[in-house]
Amino acid sequence: MTAKTATSASDSVSARAVAALSGVKSEPGITKPDEILVAENINRHFGGLVAVDVDRLSVQRASITALIGPNGAGKTTFFNVLAGFDTPDAGTWRYENHELRNKAAYKIAQLGMVRTFQLTKVLAKMTVLENMRLGAQRQLGERILAAPFPFAWSGQEEQVTERALTLLRRFNLYEKKDDFAGTMSGGQRKLLEMARALMTDPTMIMLDEPMAGVNPALTQSLLGHIKELREEGLTVLFIEHDMDAVRDISDWVVVMAQGRIIAEGPPASVMRDKAVIDAYLGAHHDEELTKSGESLTQNKKAKST
Amino acid sequence: MDWGQIFVISITAMVGSTTIIYALAALGLNIQFGYTGLLNFGQAGFAAIGAYSVAVVTATLGQSLWLSIFIGLIGAVIFGLILGIPTLRLRADYLAIVTIAAAEVIRQTVRSVSLNEYFGGSDGITGKYAREFYSFNPFDQAISWGPIQFNSAQASWITVVGWVLIGLIVLLTWLLVRSPWGRVVKSIREDENASRSLGKNVYFYKMQALILGGVVGSLAGIYWAIDAQSVQPDNYSSRFTFFAYTILILGGAARVFGPVVGSIIFWFILVFIGESLTQLVATGIIPDTILRSDQIGQVRFMLVGLALMLLIVYRPQGIFGDKRELALDDR
Repeated sequence: MTAKTATSASDSVSARAVAALSGVKSEPGITKPDEILVAENINRHFGGLVAVDVDRLSVQRASITALIGPNGAGKTTFFNVLAGFDTPDAGTWRYENHELRNKAAYKIAQLGMVRTFQLTKVLAKMTVLENMRLGAQRQLGERILAAPFPFAWSGQEEQVTERALTLLRRFNLYEKKDDFAGTMSGGQRKLLEMARALMTDPTMIMLDEPMAGVNPALTQSLLGHIKELREEGLTVLFIEHDMDAVRDISDWVVVMAQGRIIAEGPPASVMRDKAVIDAYLGAHHDEELTKSGESLTQNKKAKST
Repeated sequence: MDWGQIFVISITAMVGSTTIIYALAALGLNIQFGYTGLLNFGQAGFAAIGAYSVAVVTATLGQSLWLSIFIGLIGAVIFGLILGIPTLRLRADYLAIVTIAAAEVIRQTVRSVSLNEYFGGSDGITGKYAREFYSFNPFDQAISWGPIQFNSAQASWITVVGWVLIGLIVLLTWLLVRSPWGRVVKSIREDENASRSLGKNVYFYKMQALILGGVVGSLAGIYWAIDAQSVQPDNYSSRFTFFAYTILILGGAARVFGPVVGSIIFWFILVFIGESLTQLVATGIIPDTILRSDQIGQVRFMLVGLALMLLIVYRPQGIFGDKRELALDDR
């Protein structure tokens, strides 16, 4: 496939995803035409601090949905809840037809909803290829009774290795396959983690800040990889702070602030939303600071006298 | 000074039953701690279950030795479940606390006065209860092979069996750790959330590793009980566990042969230092004012401790370990 046809294919997939969402109104919690994930009334608090208080969130199938919001908005906590790494105090969420409340994290991953981490969790003392192989599901050799008999699982291992090598080539990590994962740079680790997540053969992938700490050149290739996932029919939900990246690849943007979803919609319109700008910059960001300025000078005077 | 005799005794100790017992205990720990990262500080408890199952079922209850071995292994599985169910979901430290306490509970139980009639209190159980095992002894006299000289046909037989047992467990460990199962437990050792995010049932794998390592640990106790034909509760104090850990780290954790080589070296050094000091004191080369013969037992441990400190400073990865892996820790 030439580069040109690849881009046009990518454009058409993107156009389809955008078209599917075109009739959807931009309001928090709105129902989408083909929902793969629906979360309702999720509540998570740590003591008195309400970290997540989401009334409704749904994710459109085969789209790229960005979850943005200022620091401390509860994005990662919400992510942890959805993926089963944290237990909410209240709420239900469904993935395809599976009720996920009280489901262990590993079961959620087995169902095809797999996540990556904000601080990459590559297994440093294992080689890149071993990291990849670990991702494969339903391996006979992972059962303790079959494990001592290589003839029982070596065939499957070959298939897994084949698939791992294909993915490593795609993510430009093939040359590193025999290195310890711990020797890789931060950006390469992000790539490896994404590739490893794909080894599980997911239908939905959740990326927690895939671009954080990655140099600009690698960011472009990461963005390309994420777009490729959508072409393959995967659903992507990702947390990101890099607004250019969000604008570039996402079909839909969900904004969180103080644990709540305050806005959602297509990237261009959401970023003009007053509630979103207020959440990032403060509601009074364009007002003069006269009053507080005055009180400061008064304080100074009071001290000096 | 008879250096020849010192070497014969030390080299015989290298392959002797004490080396085998601790190698078995360390092989179990290697599966738990070395590969899976489980801090089991109760290996003495698993060994005590094996040893007391043999002694109690044969000597006290008069049942078959083979049945007693089977009960010892099942006992280790149950002990592993009891320890694992409440703690394996928690952070690693909790398993360490619970296992060290549970091993002490077992030791205090078997040495308690009120259960004297079953477990023999602090004296333990002694008797010719392993006759069934020694009836298979093919040797009619003690074997000697170069500097290795056993003092009885019985000792020759149990040593051979012990090394065959070690060979089998090393083979099983080797097969397991190079399989996808081994890959999963190694990933749990590094970061269990990563394995969880890839759909692995971390709790289940930890339980498997804890039980498997515990069963191997109970074999150490079973072997000891058959070898000595007696069990004493204080042999299964936490010192047993710490020796096994020392051996594991000496040989190199997460290396298939680490525990075996570690045990050989540990007991060689310990016996060699002990025998040398004994002779040096007996012949007057070291005068009584510096070291008395009754102090040698303690001093040799001080010297072994010194040797271990040097090892940790100059070769922290152990004899077989890979230094590159340690270097990756800090990143």
